Amino acid sequence: MASKPTTLYEKIWNAHVVERRDDGTCLIYIDRHLVHEVTSPQAFEALRMSGRTVRRPELTLAVPDHNLPTTARLDAAGHRLPIADKESAQQLAALEQNAPQFGIRYIGATDREQGIVHVVGPEQGFSLPGATIVCGDSHTACHGGVGALAFGIGTSEVEHVLATQTLLLKQSKAMEVKVTGALGPGVTAKDLILHIIGVIGTAGGTGHVIEFRGPAFEAMSIESRLTVCNMAIEGGARAGLIAPDETTISYIKGRPYAPKGADWDKAVEWWRTLRTDAGATFDKSVTIDAATVEPTVTWGTSPEDTAPIGGTVPAPESFADPSKQEAARASLAYMGLEPGQKLSEVEVQNVFIGSCTNSRIEDLRAAAAVLKGRTKAANVKWAIVVPGSGLVKAQAEAEGLDKVFIAAGLEWREPGCSACLGMNPDKVPAGERCASTSNRNFVGRQGPGSRTHLVSPAMAAAAAVTGRLTDVRELVG
Amino acid sequence: MEPVRTVEGRAIPFGRKNIDTDVIIPAHWLKTISREGLGKGAFETIRTDPDNIFDSAEFAGSPILVAGDNFGCGSSREHAAWALLDLGIKAVIAPSFSDIFSGNAFKNGILTVVLPQEQVDRLLEVARTEPVTIDLETQTVTTPFQDRFSFEIDPFRKHCLLEGLDEVGLTLARDAQIAAYEARASTDMPWFAKGTALKDTGIPA
Ligand code: SF4
Repeated sequence: MASKPTTLYEKIWNAHVVERRDDGTCLIYIDRHLVHEVTSPQAFEALRMSGRTVRRPELTLAVPDHNLPTTARLDAAGHRLPIADKESAQQLAALEQNAPQFGIRYIGATDREQGIVHVVGPEQGFSLPGATIVCGDSHTACHGGVGALAFGIGTSEVEHVLATQTLLLKQSKAMEVKVTGALGPGVTAKDLILHIIGVIGTAGGTGHVIEFRGPAFEAMSIESRLTVCNMAIEGGARAGLIAPDETTISYIKGRPYAPKGADWDKAVEWWRTLRTDAGATFDKSVTIDAATVEPTVTWGTSPEDTAPIGGTVPAPESFADPSKQEAARASLAYMGLEPGQKLSEVEVQNVFIGSCTNSRIEDLRAAAAVLKGRTKAANVKWAIVVPGSGLVKAQAEAEGLDKVFIAAGLEWREPGCSACLGMNPDKVPAGERCASTSNRNFVGRQGPGSRTHLVSPAMAAAAAVTGRLTDVRELVG
Repeated sequence: MEPVRTVEGRAIPFGRKNIDTDVIIPAHWLKTISREGLGKGAFETIRTDPDNIFDSAEFAGSPILVAGDNFGCGSSREHAAWALLDLGIKAVIAPSFSDIFSGNAFKNGILTVVLPQEQVDRLLEVARTEPVTIDLETQTVTTPFQDRFSFEIDPFRKHCLLEGLDEVGLTLARDAQIAAYEARASTDMPWFAKGTALKDTGIPA
C-alpha cells in the first residue's frame, strides 16, 4: 500500500473521525470518559436542566479523588466517616447521586478500586491503547502512557461528551521528543520528564500533541510511561503519547475492563499497528540525550524551572528573555531562595509522595527502597505517602512497603489527590517547603504560600531522610 | 441558550490588564456544584475595596464589561464564565482574551469582542457616563457619541450566538452520523464499545 506515512497521533485521530467539517474541525468519537467530583456537577446539572441523557453510559467511569480526605474513611464499626468540609462533602455526594442516576458505573470512596482517576483508568484496563480518552482534568494526558490519545476538557465539554459521546476538535500539530541512549542509574522517568520540560519550556508543546520516542521510553514500564505522559501538559502539549508495544499489551492483559476472547486478539492485532510510520513527519522535533539527564528538581514556581540536583539556584539575569528574568525574580522571592544557592542545601519541612504522576506501585517501591532501615530527618515535620488507588495500597501492604514508610516516620494514607492540590485537608503550610512527587509547583498549589520542589519518588524519599533536597545516588548506589 | 443579537446598556469600565481567572473567581469558589450563584464570588479580591466599580450602584447589573489585554488568562476554569453570567454580564470587550476563556465564554453565550487598545481606551472613557451598544449582526460597537468600531468574529460562533444554539444541541442534531460511526466501530474496534459493561465487579452500576 502506498498510503502516506502517518504519525501515531494521526492514526488514532483518523480512526475516530465521525465527521470532518470544511474548516478542518472534526467531530471526534470518545471511547473512554473518566469523571470525578470537581468538574462534573455542573455538567450533570445542565443535562438535567435540558432533559438530556447520557448517550453511552458504559463508556464513562466515575470515581471521586480530588476532595476526598486521605484519612480513614470508615470507623471501627465499618460506618462511613463524615467529611468535615461541607463543600467537599456536597461535591462528593453529588457525584455519588449523579452517576447512578445517569446509569454510569461509580467506584465509591470506600471501594477497594477507588483512587485517582488517572491511576484507576489504566489499572482497571479502562484506558486502552488507541482509545480516545477524556476527563475534566488537565492531567488526563497521563493515559498516553498506554498509547491512548488522552486530554483534559472543561465542564461544558464533559456535558458534551456525556450527551453525544463526541467532541468537536481541531487537530493539533504533531511534535516528537526523541530521547536517545539510556537513563543512568538512579535517574527515573520523573527526572527525564522534568528535564524535558526544562528544555522545551512550558510553552514548548503548545498547539501540539507530543509523541515520546526512543529507547529510553521503550525500556520503561507502563508506570513510568504514565509518569512521562502525565506531565506532557506541563510542557504545554494537549496530550502526550508513547506507542503501545509488547510491554503495553502484557500490562493490559487480564485487567477488569480489558477486552476478552476474540475481541482481545483483534485489539492486539490493531495495537501492534499503532506506531509512527517510517518517513512520517512531525511539525516539531526535539532530541535529548538520556545520558545527560541527572536526578532533577525544580527551584521555581513553573515546571520548566528545573535543574540537576548537583546544580545551583540560577540567577534571574542568566536568562536571555526579559520576561523570563522577571518571572524568575518573582519565583525566587516566592520560594525564598537566593541565586547561587546549592540545591542540595535547600531544607524541606514536608515530603509528599503521591499524585497521579507518582503514586503507582513502582513509585512506592522506589521510595521504600530508599527509606528501608532509615528514618526521616528531625526537621521534616510532615511526610506522607498516598497510594494512587486502593489496589496500589493493597499491593504495597502485601509487599510490606507500608511498614517501611511507617518505620521511617512517614504517614501511610488512603488513596486520593491529597497534597497535589490544596483542595482537601492535606496542605503544605505557608512559607514551608515540600519535596513533592506531584506535577505542579505553582504558587499556592499545595496550599496558600506553600513552596513546592518537584522531584521523583526516590528523591522525595531521600529528602525525607536528610531533611534537604538530596541526590538519591548518595544514599543508594 | 438565549440568542444574542445586541447587547446594550452600561458597560463597566474596568480596563485592567492580565486579569486571570483566579481574579475573576477565586479557587475556593470552585467547590460549588451549581453554575448559579457565582456572581457573589466574582472579582472577590477587587471587591474588598469598598469603592470598587463592581459594587457601585451606577454599574450594578451592567451587561457589558470593558477589560484590558489578555483577559481570562490562567487556569481553564469555566467558573469564570459562569461568574460573569451570574453578575449579569453578557459581553466582554478587550484588546485580547485567553483562548480558553473566550471558548468558555462562547459556550455559555457570552460574547467576547476584540478591539484595538485605542478603541478600548475610548470605550473606557465613554462608558463612565454613557451606555454602549454591541450589535453582533453588523459586528459593531457603537456609543451615543457616534463612535463606531467594527470587530471580527468566527462565523460559526457568530451563527451559534445569533441563533442561541448550544454546541450540545448542534451535535445532537448529527445523531445519524454518530450512529453510523458507532456501527462502523462496533465491527472494526468492537472492544471499545463494551466499556464498563465488560466487568461484573459487584461495584454498584
Ligand atoms: S493528583 Fe493532582 S494532578 Fe492528578 S488528578 Fe489529582 S489533583 Fe490533578
